[in-house]
Amino acid sequence: MNGFVYLPDVVTLELDAAKCNGCRMCTRVCPHAVFEIRDRKAFIRNRDHCMECGACALNCVTGAITVRSGVGCAAGILNGLIRGTEPTCDCSSSGSCC
Amino acid sequence: MTNSDYITGTYTLGDLEIPRVETRWSATDLWGTLKVRWSFGRMDYKVKPGLYAVGSPDRQSLVFVSANYKLSFDHLRRALEGMNAWILVINTRGINVWCAAGKGIFSTKEVVRRIRIDHLDQVVDHRRLILPQLSATGVAAHQVQKMTGFSVLFGPVKAVDIKAFVESGLKATEPMRMVTFPLKERLKVIPVDIFYGTHYLILIPALFFLLSGLSSGGYSFDRTLQHGWNPVVNLFAGYLTGCVVTPALLPWIPFRRFSLKGLLMGFLTATLLLITGSFGTNPLEILAWFLMTAGLSSFMAMNFTGSSTFTSISGVQKEMKVALPVQIALVAVGLALWIASLFITL
Repeated sequence: MNGFVYLPDVVTLELDAAKCNGCRMCTRVCPHAVFEIRDRKAFIRNRDHCMECGACALNCVTGAITVRSGVGCAAGILNGLIRGTEPTCDCSSSGSCC
Repeated sequence: MTNSDYITGTYTLGDLEIPRVETRWSATDLWGTLKVRWSFGRMDYKVKPGLYAVGSPDRQSLVFVSANYKLSFDHLRRALEGMNAWILVINTRGINVWCAAGKGIFSTKEVVRRIRIDHLDQVVDHRRLILPQLSATGVAAHQVQKMTGFSVLFGPVKAVDIKAFVESGLKATEPMRMVTFPLKERLKVIPVDIFYGTHYLILIPALFFLLSGLSSGGYSFDRTLQHGWNPVVNLFAGYLTGCVVTPALLPWIPFRRFSLKGLLMGFLTATLLLITGSFGTNPLEILAWFLMTAGLSSFMAMNFTGSSTFTSISGVQKEMKVALPVQIALVAVGLALWIASLFITL
């Protein structure tokens, strides 16, 4: 995929295939083609391509997918560190955002 | 307030009166795009939320949902050229689709709210909405359907693929579903990062400029004029290496960590500056600038993770845990050495 893969073995993406109903929604919403359907079930084929955007988990009707989603953005994480909050690219106060 | 000359008039359907929009971009739209790409007025580039008509839509026409960042809206209406369709703009506080979805502003709740406010069920006879794929981070399709009866279809990532998507019977191919990050796209998002430093971009170089007049013999303004420009050049070189050069060359620089890519490029820039004489001749000063240039470049490159389209929060946190202390140390030690170099010549 264009040579863009971030750090290996860090993402929190989990799939419980037993809960999957094969609706294919995860294959439609994932911007990095992380999922494919094998034997009518979702299958993670490119785990390290995941950017933890959370689209798959949010759109999984059966709750088979979990991921700790959030902004993959250093400035946002720094924001959170400084303010002692969760990572946030809060636009309203900092005047800049993604 | 954003100029609204993209509205060409009022479209009447039964007893409904809906603003009709132009699909072609005017000079104003182009100028606005250019400005926000360079970070000017980016936080207040908005479209009024609500329903808009493209062409002459009827009760069977497709409904496309968009964010109210004008650039998002502009790309959508341009992609709908020659079609008869509806655009439902939801309130994302002027933030683009993906970022708004990531922040939970382009959300299930907001889509549902907008459907109700604009009585979409009375405008169209079908029960189907097309949302940009990247809004899926904030919108749960099944929830929208449960709450409103409208089924959500995630369209392509890019508005430019909408025509092909519609012509193929509302089917997106895998390339249409993928987010890529080619040079052209990277160049579009680089300018905003240049302004990351805001007023410090002037303040800090000015401080270095003034301080460079110091020496063991006291302060001399002649000395400032003679030596003060090099620090300014060095600082900007390090900064721009991190936020312009590294992002532009991203896939061709070794390492996966953005901070390491930036560090490497920072050292290369430092070597160039050393050769051109911008680091001076005092070994202490040379070392100081090597550290500061590399640290600054590494930090700014790491910052580009926020503009990139493939970094995960777990990955960035892992990267920062090591990189941030190193960057702070590089700049702090560099700064101390530089101040020392004003008084001590080795």
